[in-house]
Amino acid sequence: MLSTKHQVLPWVAGLILLGLFCSAFWIIVSYEYHWEKLDGYWPNLGRGWLLTVLVSVAALVLSVLFGALLTAAQIGPLRFAQWIARAIVEIVRGTPLLVQILIGYYVVADAVGVDHRFLVGVVVLAAFSGAYLSEIFRGGIESIPESQWSSARAIGLTTGQTYRHVVLPQAVRRVLPGTAGELANLIKNSSLLFVIGLHEFTLAAKEVNAITYATFEPYLPLAVGYLVLTLPISLLARHLEGRFRYTS
Amino acid sequence: MKIEAHQLTKKYGATTALDQLDLEVPEAVGVLVLIGPSGGGKSTLLRLLGGLEVPDSGTIRLDGSLLPSTEGGLLMHRRSHGFLFQSFNLFPHLSALQNVMLPLTRVHGLGEGEARVAAEHQLERLGLAEHQGHHPAELSGGQQQRAALARALATKPGLLLLDEPTSALDPETSAEVLDVIAGLAEEGQQIVLSTHEMGFARAVGGEVAFLAGGRIAEQGSPEQIFENPAEPELQKFLARVLRY
Repeated sequence: MLSTKHQVLPWVAGLILLGLFCSAFWIIVSYEYHWEKLDGYWPNLGRGWLLTVLVSVAALVLSVLFGALLTAAQIGPLRFAQWIARAIVEIVRGTPLLVQILIGYYVVADAVGVDHRFLVGVVVLAAFSGAYLSEIFRGGIESIPESQWSSARAIGLTTGQTYRHVVLPQAVRRVLPGTAGELANLIKNSSLLFVIGLHEFTLAAKEVNAITYATFEPYLPLAVGYLVLTLPISLLARHLEGRFRYTS
Repeated sequence: MKIEAHQLTKKYGATTALDQLDLEVPEAVGVLVLIGPSGGGKSTLLRLLGGLEVPDSGTIRLDGSLLPSTEGGLLMHRRSHGFLFQSFNLFPHLSALQNVMLPLTRVHGLGEGEARVAAEHQLERLGLAEHQGHHPAELSGGQQQRAALARALATKPGLLLLDEPTSALDPETSAEVLDVIAGLAEEGQQIVLSTHEMGFARAVGGEVAFLAGGRIAEQGSPEQIFENPAEPELQKFLARVLRY
């Protein structure tokens, strides 16, 4: 009885998913497209996409550095650094990105006299993703069993050498899937930077939509434009996972 | 080896692992075997001897010199002795060869080439020449333990500390590892090990110490311990473990 139930459930779920997928697909294909409405607006979309690429790449690099720094502070011996890092992580993860962008630009950047949307956008995005990444990194490092530490101590490695040669190489593989997911999120999160008037990809698509009343025409290229950026990250992560595979 | 432990106490939270333990092993003894019930303090004593942990109180002298209590001193101590764990604890991301080479290059300052030669020699000696490129997951338990042994031996340890080296192995692979250890003892390697293999303890032990309740309850030659145990606790222990 139980076994038949187990065999039927996945099929039902699969059929429902297939149905949903087909109807979405039908709506998209049966929609009457007027691509000519986009005539003259492609350069806008292109410039938006390029800005999204630039913001994302810069924030990506910075977020990994920032995440690593927060992780180091949290697992390091300094109590004070632990508290500060913990507080940053909790505040950043517990508040909406939209609010952080607004406060970052209109309050913090303004107070220190920086009026550079791109710069502020990159820093806020990097801080946001960095907080998540630091938790992913910390989880990976703490998942390495105590016995590995004992073994490293027994052969006379210092704490630094243990991280360098024993813990981090093993942790890297464990954090890759989560990191790839978070970096894809970062790219999509960059669309929120429109609130400080940064003319990135999503804002460009929104404008085209507002001017031309075309919906799918600007938004389908938008989806494709993001996918072109996020897919390589997933593929790279998979490739690296394979390279770091050591258990058969 | 000359070991003098005086009033060693080590607690883990509310559990007392070692309770004012006193131990004296004369210089002439090459192999000291620790036997006793689980939780009796064998592992803790080995970890203290190996400098992996520090006692809450008491002192240890090896060949007359006091074991350091600072982290820097302990690091030097750990570098001059070898330690083997019950569960092998090889580094899973490194091949057998890389596992043996790591302490040579990173701790003992050997060049890559020199370290490779030394590591290969050690692995060959332990019958792992064909497996040196394999990762731990591709090795059997016995092979893993021999690779771990090769890693501990490659740095020419003064004292080799083995914490139940065959407890995680089946009888056949146990024999394979015990043979290697017996061979090392014959070659003059100084060894302290804990084991549940009474036959082996009797065969290789220059001196046998029975630990129970965090103390040395009885100590002596293998003949003395196994044929004329004086302490009722040891008599009961031997009757239990030798019943089948």
